[in-house]
Amino acid sequence: MAELAASGPKVELRDVGLRYFGREGETEALRGVSLAVAPGEFVALIGPSGCGKSTLLSLISGIVAPTDGAVLIDGRAVTGPSRKVGYMLQQDYLFEWRTILDNAVLGAEIQGAPMAKARERAAQLLTRYGLGQFLHHLPRQLSGGMRQRAALARTLCTEPDIVLLDEPFSALDSQTRLALADEITEILRREAKTVILVTHDIGEAVSMAERVIVLSRRPGQVKSQHAIRFAAQNGGRLTPLAARNALEFNDYFRTLWQELDIHVER
Amino acid sequence: MSNAELAVNIDASPRYREWLRRERQSRLTVRAVQLALLLVGLVLWEFLPRAGLINPLFTSYPSAIWPTFLELLHGTPQMAGILTHTASTVLATVVGFTAATSLGTAIAAALWWWNGLYKVLDPYLVVANAMPKTAFVPIFYIWLGPTSSIYGMSLAISLFITVLMIYAGFQGIDPNKIKLAQTFGATRAQILSKVVLPGSVPTFIAALKVNAGLSLVGVVVGEFQSANLGLGYLIQYGSQIFKMNIVMTSVTILVIVSSLMYLAISWLEAVVMRRR
Repeated sequence: MAELAASGPKVELRDVGLRYFGREGETEALRGVSLAVAPGEFVALIGPSGCGKSTLLSLISGIVAPTDGAVLIDGRAVTGPSRKVGYMLQQDYLFEWRTILDNAVLGAEIQGAPMAKARERAAQLLTRYGLGQFLHHLPRQLSGGMRQRAALARTLCTEPDIVLLDEPFSALDSQTRLALADEITEILRREAKTVILVTHDIGEAVSMAERVIVLSRRPGQVKSQHAIRFAAQNGGRLTPLAARNALEFNDYFRTLWQELDIHVER
Repeated sequence: MSNAELAVNIDASPRYREWLRRERQSRLTVRAVQLALLLVGLVLWEFLPRAGLINPLFTSYPSAIWPTFLELLHGTPQMAGILTHTASTVLATVVGFTAATSLGTAIAAALWWWNGLYKVLDPYLVVANAMPKTAFVPIFYIWLGPTSSIYGMSLAISLFITVLMIYAGFQGIDPNKIKLAQTFGATRAQILSKVVLPGSVPTFIAALKVNAGLSLVGVVVGEFQSANLGLGYLIQYGSQIFKMNIVMTSVTILVIVSSLMYLAISWLEAVVMRRR
């Protein structure tokens, strides 16, 4: 079983469709989405707003069930939230009544993991992310970038194989955003996580991911996929900041921009 | 990171010191005017009747309150002392608003848990809340008897508003916080205990503030009707035998009691909110 899992894709979507029902009518959010993500791969999903990118993450995390098709993790159908998946939302959503350390162990607490070990691991992660002096501070005492790093520690504390990032930097100012993208990419690559990043920022997608998947307008379908390779990477990987300075960056950016086919609507 | 930290180690410039001095002066002025208003009220209350402009039979005097209090302190074979009356009223009020807050929270949690229940009960709750509960004092007296009807009124008067307030607080919890808990596989009970309830602490404090006042009203009104004990009874008794001294002394104690309850809840709020 383990071998089978290792050889196949980590995450797979087979002909996935999703419809929402409301009193005003039926909305088709996703149609016939098929894609596969290999173990340890870093994939970015981009698409026009409202195309269902975030919904796709909810499907993979198991908090929403598809109306058609199947979502598989390690070859098994997803039926609910899985411990293999960590999900980082658009904002940190740290609980203001918990200290940073208590926030970071939230997942372990909910999953009923041994707490002493979880606290130790959370403290280690937080220290590694430069928050060692803030373990017993409250979220409001931290800056936006620090809060998002605490949220990353909360996500990784439960040791997921797969990390879903839903525009995790959108609430930050642009300098913090670039620095944190670098930092978080580094951490996720070092831990060899399988990462699916949803973003509306083309530069972020190109600089962080190995592959960019473009979704169409609603109902979201896979429009195209682009492998991102930089000549300068030499077998290794460029940091997102270095990637932004690479020669190919602008070409990828331009191609994806055209793919997205964004019109300013009036 | 906070303003307080930024302010550390900055030597106060003369202009800043000037600003601080003015701030302090303006605070003191407000306090002085507040105190002056109180004094003016008391002086008018004391001297208008004495000058013959108001019939003292209707108003008594502030200077009569302390002697009346001492007079009522020990009571008579027929009637308890004033401290016993006060204790009885305070006890019923505290029991009333504690019960209303906890029962109201439990009901709100049930409504949150079973959304269908909320949809069904919503109009009944709104009407029950709008009802003038004090109209039920005589009914409660018949149903519950002299003592329990006071507790019943104290609970009834604040229960429905509590349910509505706390349920609205539950609804106001950021759905993304709930989503976050769900991504870790949280059950409904875990969402309630780890997200919704701790996130609603400010709502609980607001409910306590409202309920302390309302429950006191419920108790006093209940005592008008039924008791032979409590400040409400004392007010009723005093007015029946036209002894305004007794009425005014009881009202003064009610003012002090409600202020103390308000201060206690504000203190609780400060303690709890220091954590957020």
